[in-house]
Amino acid sequence: MSYMSLKEIEADCLEKKITFAEAVLLDDVNERGVDKETSLKMMAVMWNAMKEADQNYDASLRSHSQLVGGAGAVMKSYVEEGRAICGKFMGNIIASALAMGESNACMKRIVAAPTAGACGVLPAVLVNYQKEHGSSDEEIIESLYVAAGIGQVIAGRACIAGASGGCQAEIGSASAMAAGALVSLGGGTPSQITHAAAMALKNLLGLVCDPVGGLVEVPCVKRNVIGAVNAVSAADMSLAGIQSRISPDQVIDAMREVGDQMHPTLKETGQGGLANTPDAHAMFDHQNGEAGA
Amino acid sequence: MNLFDILGPVMVGPSSSHTAGAVRIGWMTRKLLGEKPVKAKILMYGSFAATGLGHGTDRALVAGLLGMYPDDTRIPDSFSEAKKEGMSFEFGTANLVGAHPNSVVLEVEGENGRELNVQACSLGGGRIMINRLDGLDVNCTCEMPTLIVHNLDQPGHVAEVTSMLAHKSVNIANMSLYRDKRGGSAVMVVETDQDIPAESLKWLEHLEGVVKVTYINVTEGER
Repeated sequence: MSYMSLKEIEADCLEKKITFAEAVLLDDVNERGVDKETSLKMMAVMWNAMKEADQNYDASLRSHSQLVGGAGAVMKSYVEEGRAICGKFMGNIIASALAMGESNACMKRIVAAPTAGACGVLPAVLVNYQKEHGSSDEEIIESLYVAAGIGQVIAGRACIAGASGGCQAEIGSASAMAAGALVSLGGGTPSQITHAAAMALKNLLGLVCDPVGGLVEVPCVKRNVIGAVNAVSAADMSLAGIQSRISPDQVIDAMREVGDQMHPTLKETGQGGLANTPDAHAMFDHQNGEAGA
Repeated sequence: MNLFDILGPVMVGPSSSHTAGAVRIGWMTRKLLGEKPVKAKILMYGSFAATGLGHGTDRALVAGLLGMYPDDTRIPDSFSEAKKEGMSFEFGTANLVGAHPNSVVLEVEGENGRELNVQACSLGGGRIMINRLDGLDVNCTCEMPTLIVHNLDQPGHVAEVTSMLAHKSVNIANMSLYRDKRGGSAVMVVETDQDIPAESLKWLEHLEGVVKVTYINVTEGER
């Protein structure tokens, strides 16, 4: 992508009088040498795959380690009973994020956004936003360009892999992307989009990647929930007129710096943090025993 | 990274590097072999060896060898699919030096007896790199049209290839040369902006001193 900063996208929007989504679409058209229709068709494929994955959740499945599965359905029925403290909309987002994370852990088909481990964040907010607000697929697809554009800048200036920058780079990036998408759906300006992304990323800065047993299961599935919920709050703050005091591109640079300083045991190696707790060791000694049996 | 490396790919979980990337490595190996594999020895290294089982890396590699794409819902059942298609496989670990942590060596044999040894790694996000082919470095991502020419290390082969490409108005994006020793076996890896015509590849194959010509052009839908 030709944009190396969110600021450049904002400036382009102002200068060419286009939306954030259009700027990203035009950049894709230019970079890949395709026409608009081809690009839009591809994005529609991604959106349809997200919706399908959401619908195809199978609560009876368990992951390879047996640690993950079924939580999406548990949360869903709790919400349907009207018991969710955060209300129905947010409750459903939590349920969807859990379900998608679990589908991924159980080898179902998902859309990496930006990674497989963080695949629940974007669809959780977008599927439920569409249900709540009756948005058209075209509107959602437009918002996916906003999300992808933010993700591309983060990937270019920092990173999007847990092995490179910790969970902040995966769930943090996904959350920033989702926050931007929501602001675009809510009619926000390019500046509000980037500030929502910045606030979402700031709130997850420093989050380590400490998967138990090195698997994309614990705590990855539930971290999709914080990514999604955080995205909604960042989007709402931004649409309300609240800005990040640190400019969006500098927040991304800070994420890279924190990621660089993060100890290798906390970057997807399954050696530190939650992966190094007695409970985690107990689970995996047990696992290895089973595998050997 | 293009836009759909960020939003995408559509894939079977749980890991873009350990699952989707592994499928692509298997798929690319099949493509490089140029025929249906019937026998595969899969040697994993580093993180692939350590956490591959929990990520379905083993099933993903076999799925790719069977020609499945990273979003094929049969990936979790690839072992039984392999049985159906008559492909035998075994797993082990590889002792590599200085390789990427997500690396694997595949020793495959095709239905017509062709053999190939591939060392590849998964770079993250489903992107891969083929590092070695039959013991020689190639280090290509196969994201652009890629021409791999095995030839004897003697003067003139680079000129033959590049002038053919110039003649066909094919622009070279990247080019690397490797050899095992002076006057030994050499490999030329050429990534191009345009597709290379089939008849030009045939012409290359018949040149004296050219041992093997492999061409990979993976279209968007196949990625």
